Amino acid sequence: MVKLSINGLLVEVPEGTTILDAAKKLNFRIPVLCHHDDLCVAGNCRVCVVEQLGGKALLAACATPVAEGMQILTNSLKVRTARKHVIELLLSEHNADCTKCYKNGNCELQDLSNEFSVGDHILLDLIKHKDYTIDRFSPSIQKDDSKCIRCQRCVRTCEQLQGVNALCVAFKGAEQKISTFYNHSMAEVICTNCGQCINRCPTGALVERTYLDEVWDAILDPEKHVVVQTAPAVRVGLGEDLGLVPGERVTGKMVAALKRLGFDAVLDTDFTADLTIMEEGTELLTRLKKALVDKDKNVALPMTTSCSPGWVKFIEHTFPEFLPNVSTCKSPQQMFGALAKTYYAQTRELDPKKIVTVSIMPCTAKKYEADRPEMRSSGFKDVDYVITTRELARMVRQAGIDFTLLKEDKFDKLMGKSTGAGVIFGATGGVMEAALRTAYEIITGREVPFENLNIMPVRGFEGIRQASVKIEGCLEDWKFLEGVELKCAVAHGLSNARELMQAVKDGKINVHFIEIMACPGGCLGGGGQPIPTNQEIREKRAAAIYSEDMNLPLRKSHENPEVQLLYREFLGEPLGHKSHELLHTHYKERERF
Amino acid sequence: MSKIPVQRVDLIFEKITCKEIFEKVLQSKPEEIIQSVIDSGLKGRGGAGFPTGLKWQFAAREKGADKYIVCNADEGEPGTFKDREILDEVPEKVFCGMAIASLAIGAKIGYIYLRGEYKFLVPKLENKLAEFQQLMQDLGHDFRIELRLGSGAYICGEESALFESIEGRRGEPRNKPPYPTKSGLFHKPTCINNVETLVYTVMIQKYGAMHFRELGTKDSRGSKVFSVSGDTPTAGIYELELGMSVREFVDVFGDGDTKAVQVGGAAGFCVPRKRFDETIIGFEGVPTGGSMKLFNSSRSMYNVLHNYLDFFAEESCGQCTPCRVGCQQLLKGIEAVKKGEKSHKYLDELVKLAATMKIAAKCGLGQSVGNAFSSIVENFKEEIIY
Repeated sequence: MVKLSINGLLVEVPEGTTILDAAKKLNFRIPVLCHHDDLCVAGNCRVCVVEQLGGKALLAACATPVAEGMQILTNSLKVRTARKHVIELLLSEHNADCTKCYKNGNCELQDLSNEFSVGDHILLDLIKHKDYTIDRFSPSIQKDDSKCIRCQRCVRTCEQLQGVNALCVAFKGAEQKISTFYNHSMAEVICTNCGQCINRCPTGALVERTYLDEVWDAILDPEKHVVVQTAPAVRVGLGEDLGLVPGERVTGKMVAALKRLGFDAVLDTDFTADLTIMEEGTELLTRLKKALVDKDKNVALPMTTSCSPGWVKFIEHTFPEFLPNVSTCKSPQQMFGALAKTYYAQTRELDPKKIVTVSIMPCTAKKYEADRPEMRSSGFKDVDYVITTRELARMVRQAGIDFTLLKEDKFDKLMGKSTGAGVIFGATGGVMEAALRTAYEIITGREVPFENLNIMPVRGFEGIRQASVKIEGCLEDWKFLEGVELKCAVAHGLSNARELMQAVKDGKINVHFIEIMACPGGCLGGGGQPIPTNQEIREKRAAAIYSEDMNLPLRKSHENPEVQLLYREFLGEPLGHKSHELLHTHYKERERF
Repeated sequence: MSKIPVQRVDLIFEKITCKEIFEKVLQSKPEEIIQSVIDSGLKGRGGAGFPTGLKWQFAAREKGADKYIVCNADEGEPGTFKDREILDEVPEKVFCGMAIASLAIGAKIGYIYLRGEYKFLVPKLENKLAEFQQLMQDLGHDFRIELRLGSGAYICGEESALFESIEGRRGEPRNKPPYPTKSGLFHKPTCINNVETLVYTVMIQKYGAMHFRELGTKDSRGSKVFSVSGDTPTAGIYELELGMSVREFVDVFGDGDTKAVQVGGAAGFCVPRKRFDETIIGFEGVPTGGSMKLFNSSRSMYNVLHNYLDFFAEESCGQCTPCRVGCQQLLKGIEAVKKGEKSHKYLDELVKLAATMKIAAKCGLGQSVGNAFSSIVENFKEEIIY
């Protein structure tokens, strides 16, 4: 333990603690900009500088470990002057047109400049000497260098958390900027559109491409029938942007709000999550049968999930040799879109031309996914608009709805019903758990041998997790699996995904089924979720997801009555002809540069 | 006022046989080598002036088999060109210094990080390195030196940015602590010394610590190689005893009309004529990595400052706010004052900003921009404004 004093108060902390964390212990908040709990230390922005008595230079509190006997001042004259200078310097290089900024009201730089009353700042405006353009080419991410403060959170996110390296630092001095390979647009580089950079950007330099006006136009067009679907993770994050604390389940309130916004039908992506399990589970069993019974050497195993569009684009760029291993199932969002303009239209006797499908996603990569040319199997663009959890919160505010006071409501029928298995898609390990609940029961006729159906080994936040289930007592059709140890692996965050796939490639990990989610924590930590997102918040959202699962009467995808109805009345059987047409897709190899 | 006249010294460029010295050093214990360097009072010749012996001692005390010796040959400070000459004239002495350091701290690999613009030295250095490698083999000392080239970024002369560059990443300074002796190149204990410093360690082994210690002053022991440029009839490289005053220096090197001397390059201090007598060139006065630039009365100090700031605004790595934006503000700020767009009082604001840069920037570069700025603005305010 190390003893030191901060602003005259004594504190004792473990060796290696930063001054920032030691101060937190004494309830002194030191402002930060480049620091983020999820990322490695940078010490770039210098807004957290503190004074050490007797020291010449100030210290970056986020980057400096405590030392015995240190006497730290967090609010001395020297510190205040320097801190104010730093904020002024940042503002002088920042397009501070706040009232027109998408992040107005949710900007860390704005907050700090307000806190330090930098109203009378006198430094020269440097923006006019620079030539900035806004990159709007990506359907998911908008990058505006004029608002960038070079904290490099995005670069560290892209490099360390995601292992993608689409964003990098280029040039030096006055010309230094956050750029991409050869300064190509975000649409032309290896960006997976995961949006983790957006979630960590302290300003408006990186934001989602927003489609709010298009959605409003559709809602307010009496000719259009606007169907909305909501992803599992939205219901455990949305409240944070509307005045509630992290970890509150707001499913009922969210449905009520969507109805008040004027959507014609409020349906659930969880429904197609259940459907995904039927299709993907069957696909896995088919592959296993081909491998074990037919001894087909060409069958690609392990099979990996395909519901995370960030992961799909990542593997297309990074491990194209594994593309045959990716499940051909579309993501739940795209299954929903394809069915909305076919099955739903047919059943509700609607003209699919007049249906507009909107999805609310915790994700920015979903915007890109909806735009993929393969995603038009209904004959139309299957999903018209994708908006993030954050954008939905904005719509709710725009409509003047007091979210906290809303009475809970229920999803509409037909593609609105879901089971707990669909809900847990929102957490890392959830797809695996849902798949095992169903697959095990199909094979053996019995429930998975875990207490309360909770398959704990696949849950949690460890980057890469492995688990196995021994299959015993198979039903007649599945005898070939008798005694097989079904092995699976789960990874979340693309750095972990890369590590896992490399291990598979090197033969170090040998499993049948792999679940990968591009974002840390899975969709609940998605790039479209409320800002801030950090480990503490992810854990609260995960707890909410699992409690939602526990509270639902049905918790296995194959028991979803609406899914059963769908197969009976429309699709026939999993992996049937119609499924192939509407619910499955293909991938393409993409270049790395 | 200093009593020591400008005294020429010949240690750095003296032709010697490294083999003899190294054979002698091989007989010594690491602690003895380190003690001799400590006793000599040698401080780093790159400009920062950290006691070399202590640096070696810290690195030697670190546990672990993987340690590195790095020779900082990224000589980028404007007005400094002595390392080029040393590497050109006596490269084997530089290698020998690295080998001595490797004995002292227990390293097996050394790197020379050579300024990109000195690429022309590479064939010669490689030849000499081959000979040196043979010598190491013959003497049975397991030590290898590799050459790495910079690409023209000034910031890569900063030790931790230099490590990043060798490791293949963008050259940006790291947070300190940890210091290089604890976690340096490849995050292993590393001893990084300037070219000239390493050569002095060889000469200390040859002539003994006392010989070196007798030169110079209490705070600035020994001699130093100076790069003299600007308005002088005798520009060039001179090895001089430390401790002289700027006046004594100007008397020898000036053109009779010297109004200011920039000591230590763009990151150094501007000494105006009125302070020539009282200012000692050394760690008790103005330290220098070797750059001595003389300006006579025909020079506009506005242009001098503008030039330096232009340099910094381009050569800041851009990582930390005070340096990246501060340099631009200082540059645009003096332009605005000159053009009358800002009142002369704005200079006071800029001096305050420079003071913040000095204490809040992440590395030595950003922290030293304020030196040149404040010393020129304070002494030549009229020239900046009018």
